[in-house]
Amino acid sequence: MKSLWSTVRLGISSLLLHKLRSFLTTLGVLFGVASVVAMLAVGEGASEKAQDQIRQLGSRNVILRSVKPEQEAVSDQQTRTLSYGLTRDDYGRVAETFPGVIRTVPVLAAAQEVRLGGKSCRPKVLCTIPEFQDVVGRILSAGRFILPQDEESRSLVCVLGYDVARYLFPFKNALGQNIRIGEHYFEVVGVLVPRGPLGESLANPSSESGGEVFVPLETGRSYFGERQVTIRSGSRDIQEVQLHEIIAEVGTDEDVPFVAAASRAMLVREHEDKDYEVVVPLELLMRAKETQRIFSIVLASIAGISLLVGGIGIMNVMLATVTERTREIGIRRALGARRRHIVTQFLVETTVLSGCGGAAGVAIGLLIPWIIERTADLETQVSPMSAILAFGISVGIGVIFGLYPAWRAAHMDPVEALRHE
Amino acid sequence: MSENEAEIVAHLQNISRSYVMGGETVYALKDFSFDFRQGEYWAIMGSSGSGKSTLLNLLSCIDRPTTGSYQIRGREVSGLSDNEISALRGRELGFIFQSYNLIPQLDVIDNILVPVIYQDDPIPNARERATELAERVGLKGRLHHRPNQLSGGQQQRVAIARSLINDPAMILADEATGNLDSATASEILDLFDELHASGKTILLVTHEQDVGDRAEHILRLKDGDILSVDSEARSQATGGTSV
Repeated sequence: MKSLWSTVRLGISSLLLHKLRSFLTTLGVLFGVASVVAMLAVGEGASEKAQDQIRQLGSRNVILRSVKPEQEAVSDQQTRTLSYGLTRDDYGRVAETFPGVIRTVPVLAAAQEVRLGGKSCRPKVLCTIPEFQDVVGRILSAGRFILPQDEESRSLVCVLGYDVARYLFPFKNALGQNIRIGEHYFEVVGVLVPRGPLGESLANPSSESGGEVFVPLETGRSYFGERQVTIRSGSRDIQEVQLHEIIAEVGTDEDVPFVAAASRAMLVREHEDKDYEVVVPLELLMRAKETQRIFSIVLASIAGISLLVGGIGIMNVMLATVTERTREIGIRRALGARRRHIVTQFLVETTVLSGCGGAAGVAIGLLIPWIIERTADLETQVSPMSAILAFGISVGIGVIFGLYPAWRAAHMDPVEALRHE
Repeated sequence: MSENEAEIVAHLQNISRSYVMGGETVYALKDFSFDFRQGEYWAIMGSSGSGKSTLLNLLSCIDRPTTGSYQIRGREVSGLSDNEISALRGRELGFIFQSYNLIPQLDVIDNILVPVIYQDDPIPNARERATELAERVGLKGRLHHRPNQLSGGQQQRVAIARSLINDPAMILADEATGNLDSATASEILDLFDELHASGKTILLVTHEQDVGDRAEHILRLKDGDILSVDSEARSQATGGTSV
């Protein structure tokens, strides 16, 4: 042990004797490790964000959505009417005839302005039933969600998404307050928690505001109807959609593909136009994971190549070092060093080189995501495992690429080595 | 005890060392037999190509004879493995080279300690012993200097201290004063005299007559064979000797 420590000490002093050369040698490994750690952090961050968004849709849900078709609206002189999308019949078919579906939630989106005093905004006004909260997994920060009695009595109550509540009521409790949605006053009965930094609204994932307001489905139908009317100069555009979304909750993960296939078959059969889409979060999740897997393989290949280059750099320098230190090897052999001592000495040096490169690489690799997060507004996720693994591989590279030079050093003829000038 | 009764440290019996050069076998040492005894101080002399370096390489076990038997303190060397020879070399032999051959990145004490770190069973209190040896060869106050901070004579003193650290059976010096001026060389030879006086066996390879004259005996080689043995006190009655 003492002898090993002496060898390590000697190795470090030998490396310090040529500081610049040692530093340049470590650069190959340093950049390799740093790029691995940083790329993994950025990749993991992006993947985790995508997977989190998908998870928020509910991995056991199958979502049927209305999509405006690429067809001309039926028009007379002043009014153009376009009917499309999911129907109440579709909802009935999914809810009642699809095996494996345990709950079904309809969602009707109303394009209504929300106002309070001088403030107004246009969040997504989603008309739905009480089960929505449970099926989609929304959490309340205060108050309650829509109740069955709200549905039955078509109550003028609403639940605000976090953003809307914060916008309308920045300094006071929203609960019990009345806001105006369209032409009607609704009492705020609940406020949802934010969906986290990664979350976006379910019904309008691309929405910039991300705001949501929930009202009972029957209330929405009664007060807002299924028609959205846009008035332009000299004409009116009317869009008629019975349901914007049907969310089917499936009992098991295994049933999700079957329900998705059945939904697609049903919609193909019932809809002449392609005025729908079927979103299967589980499929998206699997796809995202597959993408992540491919990304990891690509990353591992890049990392492998860069570390290989680093390793070859180390080997190259160590071979030159062995030649340069031929006489020293001869002296050591003359003074009693066995082959294993020489092998250990050179392996220690390569391991110290690659280990230092690896440690510095990990530090820089951790610094890069930190800088990216603060400058490029990108999510990153540093996995301690990736740092440990990258460091371990760098040390391993040192050992592997140090073996041949060490072996060559150990097998030098001592007589020739001592004669070397 | 008389010299004839002193223990044989190195016993060489019919040693030959040959090389094949251009398809021809060239003998650097041919059928060489000799005994070196405990406490003797030998100068091995000869012109270039006489075989003195080959003899030193064989004595120091960094080269192996083509034929013949070599024993150190009665232990046959030719059958030993590379590891066993290395261990034996570190324990039984001390080396002093013409160009000092210190490790540049180590200080005086650590250089003296190099033979110790390769021993399976290192001597106890090695660092204290290294300090004591460094002081004995006149390096007090320079213990933590590196070779490039020392003069040639001082570096050779470090090499002498290093050769003594494991208390070897034999000290092999190869042109130990070759790189030194005459005054410094004389100081180094004084140190050898001290070592001889303390009972150490010293084999000094040199081509300088005045250096050889400082030794107790002179063994002259020519063309890989013994030319003469200049040894009044020495009796060559043992069976292993050829003279």
